[in-house]
Amino acid sequence: MKANRLTRNAIAMTGITIIALYLLVIFVSTFWLPFDPVEMDVDHLLEGPSLATGHLFGTDEFGRDILSRIMKGTSISLIISIAATALGAIVGTTMGTWAGYLGGLWDHWLMRVADVMFSFPSLLLAIFVMAILGEKTYNVIIAIGIVYIPQFARISRGAILTIKSSEFIKAARSNGASSTFILRKHLLPNILVPLIVQVSLSLSVAILLESSLSFLGLGVQPPAPSWGNMLSGARKVMVLAPWTAIYPGLAIVFLVLGFNLLGDGLRDILDPRLRNVR
Amino acid sequence: MGKYIATRLLSLIPVLFGVSLIVFFLVRLIPGSALEMYMGTQVEATPEQMIELQRIFGEDKPVLVLYVEWLGRILKGDFGYSLRTGRAVLPDILSRLPLSLELTVIALFLALIIGIPQGILSSLRKNPISDVLNRIAGLLGLSLPQFWLASLMVLAFSNTQGWIPMGNYIKFSDDPLRNLRMMILPSLSIGIGLSAVIMRYTRNSMLEVLQMDYIRTAKAKGLAKRIVIIRHALKNAILPVITVAGFNTGYLLGGAIVIEEVFALPGMGRLALYAIYQRDYPVIQAIVLVIATLFVLVNLLTDIIYSLVDPRIRLDNGAKHA
Repeated sequence: MKANRLTRNAIAMTGITIIALYLLVIFVSTFWLPFDPVEMDVDHLLEGPSLATGHLFGTDEFGRDILSRIMKGTSISLIISIAATALGAIVGTTMGTWAGYLGGLWDHWLMRVADVMFSFPSLLLAIFVMAILGEKTYNVIIAIGIVYIPQFARISRGAILTIKSSEFIKAARSNGASSTFILRKHLLPNILVPLIVQVSLSLSVAILLESSLSFLGLGVQPPAPSWGNMLSGARKVMVLAPWTAIYPGLAIVFLVLGFNLLGDGLRDILDPRLRNVR
Repeated sequence: MGKYIATRLLSLIPVLFGVSLIVFFLVRLIPGSALEMYMGTQVEATPEQMIELQRIFGEDKPVLVLYVEWLGRILKGDFGYSLRTGRAVLPDILSRLPLSLELTVIALFLALIIGIPQGILSSLRKNPISDVLNRIAGLLGLSLPQFWLASLMVLAFSNTQGWIPMGNYIKFSDDPLRNLRMMILPSLSIGIGLSAVIMRYTRNSMLEVLQMDYIRTAKAKGLAKRIVIIRHALKNAILPVITVAGFNTGYLLGGAIVIEEVFALPGMGRLALYAIYQRDYPVIQAIVLVIATLFVLVNLLTDIIYSLVDPRIRLDNGAKHA
């Protein structure tokens, strides 16, 4: 039933197709890349896209093949986004569900902390955390994860609050089920819908945040290719060689669009209450 | 109304207190003291000299005492001194703040004048194909990285005089017209994402309102379609749009950090980045504190504006974080 709705929903399917294409690129790039993504080639600096040389997207200021770097960068960007979203989702949801379920002082303080975290624009918070942790790839995961923790905490808490007082939870409790059991077996499955949508949208924002950090030199460090640091390198040469700036940017746009389409489509499919409001 | 604003203002105090805790203690997590960073790698000091220096700089006290002293100074407007230039931090920030605020305000303005008409138009043309196309267009707007858009604008306008600031920034007070001209592209690259959000909300909200009975009545009375849409529908549909625009204004301020770098605009974002590159922690702390405070104030202002246009909100005191 749900799969059938999914195929009918053009928006979500377009998103899935785009994401699948990127996963295919990652799969292919583990076995084969047109050129070595980090090897410099001084004979082919800033060459335009051409079939004859084999550099389909051209070369950058060090003569490196842009297509190969984009392919390699796909797995770097995607792994960071997935890990950061997972970090934020796991920590945030754990905190939020417990806060919503237990209520009281724990809930009060946790939500005050979340309020404080929400006082920072997300990019600023990520930049600030990077400035403190230092520019390492794994720190990007932590920085973006920290941005996400309050978001997931607030969403899961809200969802828990709406179903906490329903009859079947009371029944479970009067049967002597432990809090952990109730949370895991009864509450979590029922709040999955808003969480799944949030995960999809968070993945899209994580890619934007990672590329912004890398663009500013605070994220993935060269020579490892990430779409953001490729664009950063392109700034100095893009007037001479526009392809250095155009293709990595398109790679970001389409993947982010894929996750946004999936998230938007899933919201329609999974949450019947929202379906008519779009 | 005055009471509502007062309670909301009071509720800011614990939040800002929390912000100050984070800003102070996160920086303390960095390995090595501020003093070592100040000395850099050029100067060698014996352990005895270090202790003496710590005493001179007041770094030998317990960290809680340092926090209270720091907060006390901040409240008096003393944000400390840059580790690199030795200049007072606050005047440097204040001289760069207007540019960042100008960027934010123009970006918000552009987002509204692009997003609202787009949203209205797309809500009027309702068929499955334009429906899907509109949603994809809206999501595409959300998917564009601001800094990439900015880079493309620099690329496209690199041969056109006066549109790209690049090193010869002209202040608004010196020449308003030339200033505005060079602020348009940077503001547009920050605002386009928000315009997509506004477009989506306007459209949703219009679709909801247009189904209502009073709209049908207005149409049945024989009023012109234009009047029904603008006077009757838009007036009610615009409410959620105001909230969304307001709560996103703070994010525009965050976006300014990256965009100022791309266009070489001497704003607060650029100051922040250089402070980060040079590990100039007093400057970083001060800027994060200033931006977070502005962010919280803008959100408060949004709440207040919303309660002014929609009197129902004031009745349940701010209990609306759905």
